[in-house]
Amino acid sequence: MPACLLGPSVGEASSGRRGFGRPHQTVSSHGVRAGARAALPVVLGYLPIGFAYGVLGTTAGLPVWAIVSMSVVVYAGSAQFIAVALISQGASPASLVATTFLVNLRHLLYSSALSPRLERMSAGRLAWLAAEITDESFVMAARAVGPQERLGFAFMAGLNGTAQLSWLAGSAAGALAGALVGDPLRFGFDYALVAMFLGLLALQLRGRTEAFVAAMAGTVSLGLHLLGVGTVGVVAATVVASVFGLVWGERP
Amino acid sequence: MTGGGGLGLFAVFLAMGAVTYVPRVLPLVLLAQRSLPPRVLRFLEFIPVAVLAAFVAPLVLAPAGPLDLSLGNLTLLVSMPTVAVALKTRSLILTVVVGVVAMMLLRLLT
Repeated sequence: MPACLLGPSVGEASSGRRGFGRPHQTVSSHGVRAGARAALPVVLGYLPIGFAYGVLGTTAGLPVWAIVSMSVVVYAGSAQFIAVALISQGASPASLVATTFLVNLRHLLYSSALSPRLERMSAGRLAWLAAEITDESFVMAARAVGPQERLGFAFMAGLNGTAQLSWLAGSAAGALAGALVGDPLRFGFDYALVAMFLGLLALQLRGRTEAFVAAMAGTVSLGLHLLGVGTVGVVAATVVASVFGLVWGERP
Repeated sequence: MTGGGGLGLFAVFLAMGAVTYVPRVLPLVLLAQRSLPPRVLRFLEFIPVAVLAAFVAPLVLAPAGPLDLSLGNLTLLVSMPTVAVALKTRSLILTVVVGVVAMMLLRLLT
């Protein structure tokens, strides 16, 4: 994330429109490698968290193929953890799909935020990149680019592909190890997701406005949670806090 | 969660994947190369911080449902050294390792 605080980002954002939009028809291996390198922090997070997901999946009675295939076709960490919990409680397919939809609605925001940071490319390539947008890969993409630069398809494909491969590897290893590990709660694996969110949050807090937005989002989300609002509360708190950040952050 | 066995389960995963893909792909394709107003861009820049905080606050402060600020809230307890490590080292993996190990030790002790 470019650290644009308290004002001048308006000019930066609009000047980002010129110059960098030339479409590239070939996929440069250099770009893919640069993307893969940018994914390294995500890989280091996804391997243990994917492992934890795999282990938890076996405790819910899921076979290895099911644990791994969910990582292929859904590929959304928190939704997969929630799905495992729901499956172990015997939830219906309809409630599984509905909950997944709600939990993953936030990708709408990531996808919107990513759009102006990308070079011009075909709809097919955009559709390809869209499949692998996650909380963490979005954050890494946003960090990788300055306000006047654009990300190419090769870089994004390298970043996203590497991230998903590590998630798959972690899921598969966890599923296979699941039977041997025994009670996963004893080993603290369920905390890996919280630790990852906390770590990402700490890395994102670069100024007063961000801290304000984070505090606001956390408070609103907690309040809605205590009122019994489900995962929609997370989306609502995110929108409310970002609007307040916009208003508060532009004051001189 | 049976009904149709393995194939049925896979069909549910496909449906979950489809409803996940729609919000991922729509803005990317529809907004492609269209100028967003600067205020909208700025709003979107706050989203990662906001969504992370919104996610983590209930998980840490109310892990079992109701608000729990007591020492019995192991998640809150473990999150203190975890955040300290994150701020100090700025390393994601070290943060996760310290957090998971701390949680494991605390559970073994209690």
